[in-house]
Amino acid sequence: MGIGTIARRTFLFGSAAVAGGFAVGYWAYKEPFENPLLDTLEPGQVAITPYVKIDAAGITLVSPRSEMGQGVMTTLAALVAEELDVDLADVAVEHAPASKAYYNQLLMDEAAGQPVTDNSASAEFARDAMRVISRFLGNQGTGGSTSTPDSFVKLRKAGAGARAVLIKAAAREMGVPARSLKTDNGSVVAPDGTRLAYTALAAAAAKESVPSDPDLKPQSEWKILGKSQRRVDMVAKATGTAEFGIDVQLPDMLYATVKMNCHIGSGIRSFDLNGVDERPEVKRVIALDHGLAIVATNTWYAFRAAQDIMVDWEGPSYPKSQDEITASIYQAFDTEYDSRLRDDGDIETALSDGEIVSGTYQVPYLAHATMEPMNATGWYKDGELDIWTGTQAPTMARTMVAEETGLPESKIRIHTTYLGGGFGRRSETDFVKQAARIAMAMEGTPIKMTWSREEDMCHDQYRPLSAAKFSGCVKDGRIDAFDLQVSSSPTAIDGFSRRGMNLNIPDPTIVQNAWDNPYEIANYRVTGYRAPIALPLGFWRSVGASKCGFFQEAAIDEVIHAAGLDPVEARLQLLSHEPSRKVVEAVAAMSNWGSPLPDGHGRGVAFYLSFGVPSAQVFEVANTPYGIRLVNIWAAVDVGTALDPRNIEAQVQSGIIYGLSAAIKGEITVVDGRVSQSNFHDYDGLRLRETPPIHVAVLENGEKIRGIGEPGTPPAAPALTNAIFAATGQRIRALPLANHIAFA
Amino acid sequence: MKLSVNGQTHDVDVDEDMPLLWVLRDELGITGPKFGCGIAACGACTVHIDGVPVRSCSTPVGFVDGAVTTIEGLGTPEALHAVQAAWIEEQVAQCGYCQSGQIMSAAALLSENTDPTDEDIDAAMSGNLCRCGTYPRIRAAVKRAAASIREA
Repeated sequence: MGIGTIARRTFLFGSAAVAGGFAVGYWAYKEPFENPLLDTLEPGQVAITPYVKIDAAGITLVSPRSEMGQGVMTTLAALVAEELDVDLADVAVEHAPASKAYYNQLLMDEAAGQPVTDNSASAEFARDAMRVISRFLGNQGTGGSTSTPDSFVKLRKAGAGARAVLIKAAAREMGVPARSLKTDNGSVVAPDGTRLAYTALAAAAAKESVPSDPDLKPQSEWKILGKSQRRVDMVAKATGTAEFGIDVQLPDMLYATVKMNCHIGSGIRSFDLNGVDERPEVKRVIALDHGLAIVATNTWYAFRAAQDIMVDWEGPSYPKSQDEITASIYQAFDTEYDSRLRDDGDIETALSDGEIVSGTYQVPYLAHATMEPMNATGWYKDGELDIWTGTQAPTMARTMVAEETGLPESKIRIHTTYLGGGFGRRSETDFVKQAARIAMAMEGTPIKMTWSREEDMCHDQYRPLSAAKFSGCVKDGRIDAFDLQVSSSPTAIDGFSRRGMNLNIPDPTIVQNAWDNPYEIANYRVTGYRAPIALPLGFWRSVGASKCGFFQEAAIDEVIHAAGLDPVEARLQLLSHEPSRKVVEAVAAMSNWGSPLPDGHGRGVAFYLSFGVPSAQVFEVANTPYGIRLVNIWAAVDVGTALDPRNIEAQVQSGIIYGLSAAIKGEITVVDGRVSQSNFHDYDGLRLRETPPIHVAVLENGEKIRGIGEPGTPPAAPALTNAIFAATGQRIRALPLANHIAFA
Repeated sequence: MKLSVNGQTHDVDVDEDMPLLWVLRDELGITGPKFGCGIAACGACTVHIDGVPVRSCSTPVGFVDGAVTTIEGLGTPEALHAVQAAWIEEQVAQCGYCQSGQIMSAAALLSENTDPTDEDIDAAMSGNLCRCGTYPRIRAAVKRAAASIREA
């Protein structure tokens, strides 16, 4: 059964069919995966579990998730190392090969439609059903802030299982009972103090069977987890020796780039090579579906040739003007709604009298703009295709390359390198498929394909342009009613369709985490409207929460101010979820909320619970003669259990800065059917001189362990606009802010 | 033409218009300097020519009239430059793609000024874009490196 078939069936028929699929497929669900490392071993090397390789020279831990900056290689290796009883400094860590054995069981959790703070048996049952689907899909995906919670038990079990077989092997070798042996930092230790290094036990250990459910250490005995680690990739990244996709070097390699139709997805009417094919440095021009690939002896020669080729492009399949696309977002408010996942009390009656505050918010399309432009290297020879690339989705890439080339998946190997930024962009496979096509056309020769920044900017899958209308009212000093209506093109529907799955469900990204935020308001409604798709849509760091966090928290701030309430106190009144209250209280304390500020300064607060993480931020800004200056940022998050506090701090700072780049500067617009931004001069990110100190508190009151790659992002824009309002009295309701106010 | 990179002289046979970055990366296999934008807007390609930081993506190789130093020539995992050591102490890198350029810009700043103010750091480092947002730690690492150079 193909992935599309399973997904269509389950989503079409809803949760009853999901439960049925559970029963039918249970035998297959329990069937263990083969260890994918067995095909990758060096002579003398053994693989104990899919996560531990050992030979005489050392121990290698395998990361099932892709390192794109979030520190996942270090944290996941730490989970294995803790139970295996090795020091992180003494092991190598590498990316896993593409294999369903490394599937991520949590990627579909949100499709279960359960409020994220609901831990009841029925909510968990619905999530479990999605995890069964995830196992069948076998998607080795990095995203959705899931890597840590997905791995938390699984990888510790892998470490504990490997340690158990090393002890068994040592017991056999020493002729003593296994229970008399201990381990210490990479060695098995006998009662008399004799030490046998794991590296010396590798071959013997490979013959032992791995226990399926080994016991884990209690948290009180952790030596590595819970403590800040030195990242395993840090020295390489500080010395220019880390290998990104763009750095792959192969013998007699040639270099390619692409020239694609800026009317995204449309084809070519005709083209004139303009003599570039006669240049000695140009080796081949290859027709692709939506453009051309140029193969040359140097990437820059390929870029130059791409510029010189003249193409008559087909027109766009979507509206040509920004105004038309924007209008279509607002028109969707008048259509039947896509979702109404929250409808507490009687919102219509509650909003029929009293002082009503209302308004409209808007956010633009956004590009991911990873620092490393899209690239992949392919080598097709002897009927087999190897691809090296920085991907968030190795198994999906393999499936899509098989579909593109007609090769069976067994003849395709995906080698995951470091990713020069991901943010969701590298969960797509468009560039991997192109590299495969080029490699097939250039059989026998390895080809590194690199996009120019301009191609990268104009051929993204974008965070959608969206709008929101809100109304709220206050009674007796408390928010009594809040209505939020969001209109957006559907990111999940579009994104999954590119992955071979047609979702027949309300698009969860349109109202992501707005409907299940733990505010308790007597009359509270959240409605999503689905607008048509124009530019292709993609998963952009925190996805729908990136816009819904802004809509909710800026809008509710307006209601709070209209009632003359304190923004922190009013939010605490609404929050009954204790971990959420604690993050708001933490940022209020850290920022000395309520204390006097210098003239022209203002503070703003925002709270948003996304990906299971309550996240609160306070911004202080100054209104200077040169514009708004960011003075200080305080942030608090709750991850349940903090495995690596210093890395979590980095991720929160990173999420905030990514959110601020978008809030202040980020805007993709369409002119004549083309994305009009092309490079960092017109789609810039925050710079060092614009970045204030960011103080982070990491709390552990949450019910479950959570991931932190994304939850820092959603509160950043509203905390900033709320602070600007406090400093200036100006309420800016459309991003990016630089279109409306100057920044110093 | 002859090109001196990290103390070694290379003979390269390319168009004089070819940016230095693509000579380093695709002709010489020196991949520490990164391609980010091609228009000197992001700083990922920063190298030194006779100690001066330049954007190699926008410097035609024919214009290069001095010794080129890349991140590989600044220091190695076994023999770190003070800036690299500070970067590791502060755990700066996330995805790491821009960090070669960040470190080269910082090294150039500190070779001129071993006690930079925040404003000096702003001026020297704001041409280098980091989409992961490692700036708070970059600032801390520049100050740490400056202190270690002053003490040396």
